[in-house]
Amino acid sequence: MTKNHKIYAFLAVFAVCLAVFPWIGTERLSFREVFSFLIGEWTADGMIFFQIRLPRVLMGLIAGGALAMAGAALQVMFRNPLAEPWTLGIAGGASLGAFLARACPFLWFALGPLNTSQVLALLGAGGALSLVLSLARRPGGAGTQTLLLAGVTIGVISGGAIMVISGFISPWKLAEFHRWLLGGLDAADWRSVGTLIFLAVPGLAILAMQARDYNPLGLGEEMAAGQGVDVARVRRWTAIGAGIASAGVAAVAGPVGFVGLLAPHAVRRIVGPDMRTVLPCSFLFGGALLAACDAAGRWAASPLEVPVGALTAVLGGPLFLWLLARRRQGP
Amino acid sequence: MSLPAELALRAVRFGYGTDAWELRIPALSFGREPLCGIVGPNGSGKSTLLKIAAGLLLPREGVVELDGCSLARQRRIQIARVLGFLPQECPALFDYTVEQVVAMGRHAHGGVLEMPNPGDREAVARALADVGLEALRHRPLSHLSGGERRRAWIASALAQEPGLLLLDEPTQSLDLHQAAAVMEILARRAADGLRVVAVMHDLNLAALFCDRLVLLQAGGIAAEGAPSEILTENHLFQAYGNRLEILRRPETKTPIVLAKK
Repeated sequence: MTKNHKIYAFLAVFAVCLAVFPWIGTERLSFREVFSFLIGEWTADGMIFFQIRLPRVLMGLIAGGALAMAGAALQVMFRNPLAEPWTLGIAGGASLGAFLARACPFLWFALGPLNTSQVLALLGAGGALSLVLSLARRPGGAGTQTLLLAGVTIGVISGGAIMVISGFISPWKLAEFHRWLLGGLDAADWRSVGTLIFLAVPGLAILAMQARDYNPLGLGEEMAAGQGVDVARVRRWTAIGAGIASAGVAAVAGPVGFVGLLAPHAVRRIVGPDMRTVLPCSFLFGGALLAACDAAGRWAASPLEVPVGALTAVLGGPLFLWLLARRRQGP
Repeated sequence: MSLPAELALRAVRFGYGTDAWELRIPALSFGREPLCGIVGPNGSGKSTLLKIAAGLLLPREGVVELDGCSLARQRRIQIARVLGFLPQECPALFDYTVEQVVAMGRHAHGGVLEMPNPGDREAVARALADVGLEALRHRPLSHLSGGERRRAWIASALAQEPGLLLLDEPTQSLDLHQAAAVMEILARRAADGLRVVAVMHDLNLAALFCDRLVLLQAGGIAAEGAPSEILTENHLFQAYGNRLEILRRPETKTPIVLAKK
């Protein structure tokens, strides 16, 4: 298979997920009823399909894609194959922000088209990212282990803060509590899909614009500078793009971990390290992966469900440990 | 192939943080002779000078001008079309193939998402041929020897087709024959019109291949000129101490510098 064929294969997997997963769930849907909903007749199956399942699958596809693409970019930016929104604490910080917005209704405000949870998720992502960046910039602090330890700790602190705050709020809000600790797609409707797209698309567009510059960076910052890459500019825009995209995901789905690690690693094994291919394929594969995990979580525990973040952690955590153990004592 | 470029440092001063050490270069220019070597003992500022010349470090005072235009005012991608830079080490994040590494050298010549054009392919093929890695073009970096890896990096810099190429210790940690092969590659491209400036650790290789040497000492220029003028007892004792012995090759009279007990 040539490189182009491989991209089409990823596209096909993505499309199959979109076509198949809305049919999976507790309620068995009749194809005829779903179809008649399309031509204007109100049916219960059609409601479930179009108002509940389809937005949920779409949200999984877009959120997973955004996390995977952000992970692929962050791995090059930090020159660390273990970097991704969750391991760097960005997902945790953003989720704390989004949770605050949900838990404290008196915080309600809107900033242009952004609502409170988006604004606070952006602030949380930005805060976590600048903390990690300032640690990485200190002499001797850029080491792989330091960076990850800091990132994971920020995630734990955010989780702790979420638990503390949730102790003070009314019990009915605790229903959605899991989502903010582990990440879940249970709150999907068309509005949250819109919320997600509103931040994810600009964030990912920023990352896509850096695609060419990421390749020389793979040979070190000095080499990249010699070959014509403005390293400081690429780093700045990568942080901004990945931060916005991760905040967009966390604002609706909480801190979903390890998709940004699993997908780019799998994609690089298949298409090689050229970031111009890795970025779009990571989006397609990461989306398919998250949507699949979500479908599996709904199907396996039916009529209850396993939060998708729990599944991705169980799948991706071991990969993280394996990569950590395999890594040479590098820069 | 780009036209030869001229790089000039004027009244440059540079220091790291609050360190007392300082690099002071009143005036220095590169680009007139095919192969210029920067030599000097450890800590004399060779690599620092090269990074300032490449625009990777900004001097505290003074300017670096590429063909009469200050480097600080130009975009990296514009600079890279004229001026190449190869650092001492290029730590690979992923396991690229030789061809991928060489193709990265074409970065400065492409558009945003542009795929390789015939000119790119030609430059990559020529660079691979120049360093003798055509047969290994699909081999991953992790399967190469140290010498082959360094030749792959050099091919990447050659594929960039700058007018002036700066290299930081291109023969570092290579065996004698590998080091000579690398210098041979550079000398051949220099004969074709490329202007090369290399930080050299090995004075004998420098004497053999360079047309001009800049001898640094404690952050300043101790001497510059033809190798036979620079590699003399007078200059070297001052820079390296007197535990040196200087012989001459019987046929060519090129200096040979040896350590003395």
